[in-house]
Amino acid sequence: MDLFEHQAKELFAEYGVPVPTGKVAHTPQEARAIAEELFSAGSKKVVVKAQVKTGGRGKAGGVKLADNADEAEALAGQILGMDIKGHTVHKVLIEEGSAIAQEYYFSFLLDRANRTFLSICSVEGGVEIEEVPHDRLAMVPVSPLTGVDRAAARSIAEQGRLPEEALDGAAEIIERLWAVFTDEDATLVEVNPMILTADGEVKALDGKVSLDDNAAFRQEHDQLEDKASADPLEAAAKAKDLNYVKLDGSVGIIGNGAGLVMSTLDVVSYAGEEFGGQKPANFLDIGGGASAEVMADSLEIVLSDADVKSVFVNVFGGITACDAVANGIVAAYKLLADRGETVNRPLVVRLDGNNAELGRQILTDAGLSGVQQVDTMDEAAKRAAELAAAGA
Amino acid sequence: MSMAIWLTENSKIIVQGMTGSEGMKHSRRMLASGAQVVGGVNARKAGTEVDFDGTVLPVFGTVKEAMEKTGADVSVVFVPPKFTKDAVVEAVDAEIPLCVVITEGIPVHDTAYFWAHAGEKGNKTRIIGPNCPGIASPGKSNAGIIPADITNPGRIGLVSKSGTLTYQMMYELRDIGFSTCVGIGGDPIIGTTHIDALKAFQEDPETDAIVMIGEIGGDAEERAAAYIAEHVTKPVVGYVAGFTAPEGKTMGHAGAIVSGSSGTAEAKKEALEKVGVRVGKTPSETARLMREIMQNR
Repeated sequence: MDLFEHQAKELFAEYGVPVPTGKVAHTPQEARAIAEELFSAGSKKVVVKAQVKTGGRGKAGGVKLADNADEAEALAGQILGMDIKGHTVHKVLIEEGSAIAQEYYFSFLLDRANRTFLSICSVEGGVEIEEVPHDRLAMVPVSPLTGVDRAAARSIAEQGRLPEEALDGAAEIIERLWAVFTDEDATLVEVNPMILTADGEVKALDGKVSLDDNAAFRQEHDQLEDKASADPLEAAAKAKDLNYVKLDGSVGIIGNGAGLVMSTLDVVSYAGEEFGGQKPANFLDIGGGASAEVMADSLEIVLSDADVKSVFVNVFGGITACDAVANGIVAAYKLLADRGETVNRPLVVRLDGNNAELGRQILTDAGLSGVQQVDTMDEAAKRAAELAAAGA
Repeated sequence: MSMAIWLTENSKIIVQGMTGSEGMKHSRRMLASGAQVVGGVNARKAGTEVDFDGTVLPVFGTVKEAMEKTGADVSVVFVPPKFTKDAVVEAVDAEIPLCVVITEGIPVHDTAYFWAHAGEKGNKTRIIGPNCPGIASPGKSNAGIIPADITNPGRIGLVSKSGTLTYQMMYELRDIGFSTCVGIGGDPIIGTTHIDALKAFQEDPETDAIVMIGEIGGDAEERAAAYIAEHVTKPVVGYVAGFTAPEGKTMGHAGAIVSGSSGTAEAKKEALEKVGVRVGKTPSETARLMREIMQNR
């Protein structure tokens, strides 16, 4: 889960990382009230920052400076509702302006290639880190066994060529960001820019944090979830514990195993090229097993997407053999009927693997409405795309 | 002489978490497929026994004790995510040669920790996984949850990030058969990599050709391609899943995510093709490419 900038900074503040004073506003009026508070507390300027989980906000006009509360209100009015790279701005962060003397870059992240953690530090900040020449940035591996103490933090800042006057402040921040990274089970903690102010203070002027969903059992991150802009179907699927991602095509996909489902999306897209560009409508991995309930929940979610014109159920029978999967589909139809739902779009089923013949026979005998069986994944994808095109 | 890689008919397997529901289910399956499962580990149930359809297996308090009493050289880990770090650290400390971590949903900080711990202890334990189906050498042994009965022994080596695509490939090429199939898992940090498996298959006299299955996220496939160019002379066929995955969305596996322009399927396919690996557009086409190679030998 990625956090909004304001959430990242709130987290930083909890760990004692200095950040500018500010609050979130959802309306221009709220923005004005916060700006008034900041000006009366002595701010010379305030910053109005779009809260969206994507980069390039500044270039898109989502970050503006205001000299007074009227201006802050007007700017918030312009920025709220703006579309930045497909993300609608629902809230803005109103913050005291900072007197920036220098801008640096700092992050902790996963280094997948080396299977460890990495810190990146550079005297050049406030720009995309990819644009900083390699001899101007330090990439320092961090062992999960030893972590980062104050001395290690200072060494990282030195390797990033931060000037003497910023080293103490930066080392303190880096040590605290390490605590954020480990204690919160983060996979990314990025501060760009980390600034040195005219008064010689080091601060986190921006913040980006990604949290590990696998750590949910020992973290309390639920309240950080962005339920407002979550896709309603994704939210409904999550409530049913289904691994679902909404896409924008017309062929609903249900399969077992993340790799097989990703592969199914690809094969449907290729097949769809012949039928006016039909594409997959979703990713849905039902995992191992094939209980009627999981299948029924899956069909319900996929069919509640109005864009879905056909459904492709692609299952490889391994540990759970195809006869069990077929029985699951038959029982799912009954469950759906009990819930008052009908499967009103064509369903292409491909069963392969253990007991495939038996599974196919069970489905044939059940005579479920709208079910067509195709034996291979490629041919089944083609049929599903064809049916989607016909139903459009 | 039996070769295969990492797992042979002589492998003696213990199961950490054998007494849990997944552990019980898959210990029974491993035994049924002919694997030598010799015991379980659970500190709270040490000294008890479990009867698997007539095969009675002892439960030990520690991995070390289980190894001493049974001669086990492989551990399969089924314990829940919150206990997995400690379980793997224990296996590493006991210096078991192979530790297969099936558990899904482990925080990546825990995986990073046990991987670093294994390194500090001199990498005496090969870790496969986490979040993987395990390893099977058909006709010889099976450590994990791979359905052993969908394929046959043969001379193809298979390494894959995805469980079901592994099974699909094993099934499509069941008439030709496999030396060893390794599911390395789709987490951001994993123990055994594509490169480790490629190296082992290249050195294995019982493997003639290699299927490598990758997916979006990270750059493991690109690094594997560079390794193949330098070190692998056996034919390699590849497949990459996730061409149509949207940027920034995790597709089932924690590591399967395209970030900005990195980790795309297209880049992986290009890197593999550049070094002469034939990459199938679909799993079936990939199986066909491998079939051609094996038939032309």
